[in-house]
Amino acid sequence: MGKELRLMKGNEAFAEAVIRAGADGYFGYPITPQSEVMEYLMAEKPHERTGMVVLQAESEVASINMLYGGAACGKKVLTSSSSPGISLMQEGISYLAGSELPCLIMDAMRGGPGLGTIQPGQADYFQLTKGGGHGDYNLIVIAPSSVQEMYDYVEISFDLAFKYRNPVVVLTDGAIGQMMEKVYIGDQKPRLTEEEIREKYPWATLGKTPDRERNIITSLDLDPYRQERHNLHLQKKFKEIEENEVRYEELNCEDADFIIVAYGTSARISQKAMDIGREKGLKIGIFRPITLWPFPKKEIRALSEKVKGILTVEMSAGQMVEDVRLHASEKIPVEHYGRMGGVIPTPNEIVEVIENLFVKG
Amino acid sequence: MSDTITKEQIFKPENIVYKKTDLMTDNVLSYCPGCGHGTTHRILMEVIDEMGLQSETIGIAPVGCSVLAYDFMNVDMQQAAHGRAPALATAIKRLLPNKTVFSYQGDGDLAAIGTAETIHACNRGENFTTIFINNGIYGMTGGQMAPTTLEGMKSSTSPYGREWHAMGHPLKMTELVARLPGTYYVTRQAVHTPAAVRKAKKAIRKAIELQQQKVGMTFVEVVSNCNSGWKMTPVNANKWMVENMFPFYPLGDIKVDGKLVKEV
Repeated sequence: MGKELRLMKGNEAFAEAVIRAGADGYFGYPITPQSEVMEYLMAEKPHERTGMVVLQAESEVASINMLYGGAACGKKVLTSSSSPGISLMQEGISYLAGSELPCLIMDAMRGGPGLGTIQPGQADYFQLTKGGGHGDYNLIVIAPSSVQEMYDYVEISFDLAFKYRNPVVVLTDGAIGQMMEKVYIGDQKPRLTEEEIREKYPWATLGKTPDRERNIITSLDLDPYRQERHNLHLQKKFKEIEENEVRYEELNCEDADFIIVAYGTSARISQKAMDIGREKGLKIGIFRPITLWPFPKKEIRALSEKVKGILTVEMSAGQMVEDVRLHASEKIPVEHYGRMGGVIPTPNEIVEVIENLFVKG
Repeated sequence: MSDTITKEQIFKPENIVYKKTDLMTDNVLSYCPGCGHGTTHRILMEVIDEMGLQSETIGIAPVGCSVLAYDFMNVDMQQAAHGRAPALATAIKRLLPNKTVFSYQGDGDLAAIGTAETIHACNRGENFTTIFINNGIYGMTGGQMAPTTLEGMKSSTSPYGREWHAMGHPLKMTELVARLPGTYYVTRQAVHTPAAVRKAKKAIRKAIELQQQKVGMTFVEVVSNCNSGWKMTPVNANKWMVENMFPFYPLGDIKVDGKLVKEV
């Protein structure tokens, strides 16, 4: 944890973390509720601080493809957007995954469908954890639940992106993006030089030198057997990620009768619900997936064998609940409670739902 | 003494009159015989070779007939989603301003699905070179109407000829981008005769040289035939191109040194 303490919005903490992680380029398009990211970056003049490029693109479609161009050169690149913008990016994300390019995509979710609302939502779970674009691929999806985590997960996400040559999504929502909390700021990491990139990422298209063949970054292969082999290679990689990169947090799960599974803003609210419930004598625990993909399957399974019921709390009609049901024991009820359209659930509502579903029932 | 010369004598460097540039690979071109893509690939690679820029060059292949350009061009290449090559090139050039970057795109890619990316990259004055192959048709997918298809011209999706009330007018993308302040050199060329090839190569060389000076977008359109899409022999396709395409897409410089030299 860094030494310097600041009071920041989640979006600003994310933007500061990006500069300090040694990112090379940000390409974005304004959309509420995350426009502070580009505003902060432009105001900070990262070109003077580290040499980082910040460019406002003509659309989300262009910005995600700018990521493709930069990532293919081995550069640390990112974008940020919100739900409708992420829908527009899905084609580019599929190309990035197909071409095995590392990059960071931040999604501050808002309610949908369509233009929906500018208020917070969590209904992008399906479109980001299940692929989203065409073809068989997965994204590493990380869900911070505090401003500090908005800062901390930037560097971790870049590391994972380059470790696996795969896009990583920081999936947050309008509430965490907009709220202010204290945040510890880390040290400035240097950006890689071209020589360092050539050495670390020999696949990068930085110009063909006499000592190697030309580098080609493409997702195309018209030979069906080679394309299938490429797909098998991707699947092997995704399996490796599932085995090694699951992250989660447990709160009061040891003695719990009932578990709330929630991430992001919903997890924060559920903490309060847990406190209220425990005062009433309800033994509530919280299981918070930090990686939504890879999903903590085994952990959900193990926990479900010890408790009387699981409730997922999401700002959606119930998306993550499908994964929880898939992996939880069939012997206990797995229920969902959600608010939509930008409505944020209250702690008391959640306690009431638990009482009605698991205690009175 | 024999008056026949041996192979070894022929291969002497002083006897070589023409040699395929090493920047073209030995892969067999996937283009139809008579198509302008192969020639344009070659002169582009000759320019990169002659300027000694292979180790500093990054090219972008589009979606369309030239999607496999990276099989033939011996430089580092990226393959872009349909129409998005200017977005890729923008990022590469911003992150690596001293590299030589070109996007190589057809008319469907550049003038239909990628219109926004093209116009905004040109308007921002991005310092890369666009090579725009205009053959008035979607070749790869089997000869459908393109934004550049001439009025009255038949294609598989305008089987009775393009009729503007229903199908819109052909789009002069090159004239359009020439009007934008971010473009510095805009020209229209062809590769159907040796003289045209020499001119087109000169134009590409000029564009790449200007790119080194970071003066803004350099944009070279190459009007080309598509004998298979047009359903003509290569010879007839070139004749048809001269008689029909050139009057609507006249050859020559449109913008030089940042100034329009032709009314657009």
